[in-house]
Amino acid sequence: MSAKNPEYDFKWCPGCGDFGVRRALEFAMQDYSAYHEQPMANTVVIAGIGCSGNLVHLLEGEQPYGFHGIHGRTLPIAFGAKMARPDLNVLVVAGDGDFLSIGMEHIAPQAARNLDVCCVIMDNGVYGLTKGQSSPTTDLGVITSSTPYGKMEGDLNPLDYYLSIGVSFIASGYSSKPKDLGKLIQAGMEHKGFSIVHVMSPCTTYNDNYEQLKGNAKKGVESIIFDVPKGHNASDREAAHKLINSGKIPIGVVYQNEARLTLDKRLGDLQGRVKPKSVQEQLGVFEF
Amino acid sequence: MAKRQDFVVRFAGEGGQGVVTAAEALARIAADVGYHAFTFSTFPSQILGGPTWTQARIAITPVLSPGDSVDVLVALNEEAYETHKDDLGENGVVIYDSSYTPKGAGRMFGMPFDDLAKLAGDIRTANMVMMGALANLVGMPVKFLQDFIVNRYLSRGQAIVDANMKAIAAGSERASLTHFQIGEMEPPIKPTYKQVMIKGNDAICIGALAAGLDVYIGYPISPATTILVYMERNLIGPGKFAYQSSSEIESIASIVGAGFAGKKAMTATAGPGFSLMGEGIGLAWMAEIPCVVIDVQRGGPATGLPTKTEQSDLSTALTPAHGDQLMPVIAPGTVEECIAAGALALNWAERYQGPVVLLSEHSLSERAQNIPKPDLAKFAPEGRNVYTGANGYERYDGYELSPMPIPGKPGAYVANGSEHDAIGDTTHLAARHIQMTTRRFSKLKLLEENVYERENARSPIAVMPWGGSKGPAQEAYQRLSAQGADLAWYYTMRINPLPPKLLEELRRKELVIVPELNYLGQFSSFLRSQGVKAQSITQYTGLPFRPKDLVHRISEVVGATSRKAVTA
Repeated sequence: MSAKNPEYDFKWCPGCGDFGVRRALEFAMQDYSAYHEQPMANTVVIAGIGCSGNLVHLLEGEQPYGFHGIHGRTLPIAFGAKMARPDLNVLVVAGDGDFLSIGMEHIAPQAARNLDVCCVIMDNGVYGLTKGQSSPTTDLGVITSSTPYGKMEGDLNPLDYYLSIGVSFIASGYSSKPKDLGKLIQAGMEHKGFSIVHVMSPCTTYNDNYEQLKGNAKKGVESIIFDVPKGHNASDREAAHKLINSGKIPIGVVYQNEARLTLDKRLGDLQGRVKPKSVQEQLGVFEF
Repeated sequence: MAKRQDFVVRFAGEGGQGVVTAAEALARIAADVGYHAFTFSTFPSQILGGPTWTQARIAITPVLSPGDSVDVLVALNEEAYETHKDDLGENGVVIYDSSYTPKGAGRMFGMPFDDLAKLAGDIRTANMVMMGALANLVGMPVKFLQDFIVNRYLSRGQAIVDANMKAIAAGSERASLTHFQIGEMEPPIKPTYKQVMIKGNDAICIGALAAGLDVYIGYPISPATTILVYMERNLIGPGKFAYQSSSEIESIASIVGAGFAGKKAMTATAGPGFSLMGEGIGLAWMAEIPCVVIDVQRGGPATGLPTKTEQSDLSTALTPAHGDQLMPVIAPGTVEECIAAGALALNWAERYQGPVVLLSEHSLSERAQNIPKPDLAKFAPEGRNVYTGANGYERYDGYELSPMPIPGKPGAYVANGSEHDAIGDTTHLAARHIQMTTRRFSKLKLLEENVYERENARSPIAVMPWGGSKGPAQEAYQRLSAQGADLAWYYTMRINPLPPKLLEELRRKELVIVPELNYLGQFSSFLRSQGVKAQSITQYTGLPFRPKDLVHRISEVVGATSRKAVTA
């Protein structure tokens, strides 16, 4: 049940990381709206299928437009909406299963186009809504309901993948720090180009890795995340590559290339440059 | 002897031998002097080589179909001759390239096209050598060709005109020596109205653009690629664009995104891509997003027959997705109807706020035909019923169409592919599923239009083709009627929803005979599901019907029906 709609019956489990992501997104959208003096209706949130996608129904406060589509296809929907209406602020919210498994084929084309949308990916390393199957980011060897004898596939490093295909803004976040995460999402929205904020957002039911993320000194568990160092030069691709492959997960803006033109900018230039023929003129071409 | 009303010329050879351009050039010349022309082509999906053929049917009245048989076969190699010789009609003539000698005897002669072209002064005039020979064989005055050359080439210099004139003379002279003439063509009656020579796929584009298309996103696939190519060149300007996607899955989801954002959006594909789009089309139906999907049908499931014609996607077009849904489907049957269908599909999508499927087919896509220049004012855009109120709107309230909010303006909601409540939040409540399902189907009523063709409606037995089988069926129907057969004729490109009055009439018939190019008899099955006693005449050769075959098969069905009536 959401605060705004008693009929809506979906719930996240207590402690789900997605609560924090939702708050962070609310902060970011509100700040964006205020800063750009735009109505919230100018923002569109395209959601995937899975626990994460339900975020679009659970947003509190002033409502943006939403689209809860089909599994794996957030980016194509966002692509159509943004290119049709470059004036809109288009966001994608999806999980690791939706975005990186069934939807994987759509990431590289948007990176090549430098589509100006911001994706917030909630990575819990598992398929939660279907009750605990392995996902691309589940670690090698882990036992899940679909890998009863241990996962046989290597686990994907999403940040490394994004960097390799030329995503122009890559940030890494953690759901338990909604204020910081909100700033990352805002930076992603402000970035002119294709931005991905990849968030560690634990599943308390099927893949509770809060302890590894936070660390536990008493038990001698070392945290697997670290803040991006102050001196990191995000425009340096090599530095980003090193940071991503350091063995732990950096939290912060990892990479940003501000030099590339966005697809809507290129298209806008084209629309201004090419003089269109009217339909009547086009028909005239066939006249004899 | 009566003069000829029409003739068919087929050009067969290897891809890359100019076979395709030959039929189109002939059609263009014929149309230019006042005849009616109609091309048909089928070629392999490879860039060079492979057996290719095209043909043109030229007539003094508008052409309805590729025809029954071939009057002149231009066979550029031995394989072409062997493949096509049996399609020759009575008195048919074969012209073969002198580079080989076909086995067999009869009315045939060799021509050294290239050598004669070189003698004329330009190797590029080989086609004109061929035209000169054809004009002689069918008794078409050479003057027409000469006028065409002056019109076409004078701006490029007298030398080119002279070479083409010589080429025509050489071809004509060579053919006249054979005395294989196949009659004299009736002189053309030049139409007084303005004309265009256009192919089916380009015609669809013109229609869609006239109806205000904003966004086109598509992926290359035969035989729909020319729509993408046309749109990439022509759909440009403020707020308008065409884009090549990375897959058909991306195409459909992205036009749904564009439709949601307030634009008129379209994609085009063929069988395999259409299968991939199924889920996305279901999303547009569920979330109530206007968009248009064109499926230019080819043959068979999987990769099938990419460059052959078939009408076997109808069942898929009606229900491309899983779950309860029924798409509006428009299937044009002629090049003229392609223009109207392109516009109507867009207008239907806006009117009922959902996806519309335009079913074309390979034989239409590549068909060049001269038609009256359409009045584009007839295809004016319909606007969307847009929400203009304040926030707090229930977008999916009620059992019927309601105004649609557009991002950027008040009325924010969640467009949802999951079953939803009035504001678009996901729900599993039975009451909501009942309401929304009823709502989605009720909107189809908005598309019911009593537009259809009918003739001799009193007869209890009717012929009713659909799509591209219209022409051959119409020709067969005319011949049968001339022979005294008592048959009714019905036709519409509005496949779903069918015009309600048409459906009423069809339900009263003893039998509705449906010629269609598929194995299952998909349209007759659809008609039977609506209470019509329909029976198909099927063909699945990858080629269109021949009118003479339909004359025969319709007579058989009619005969069997009346025998049954007698014994009962």
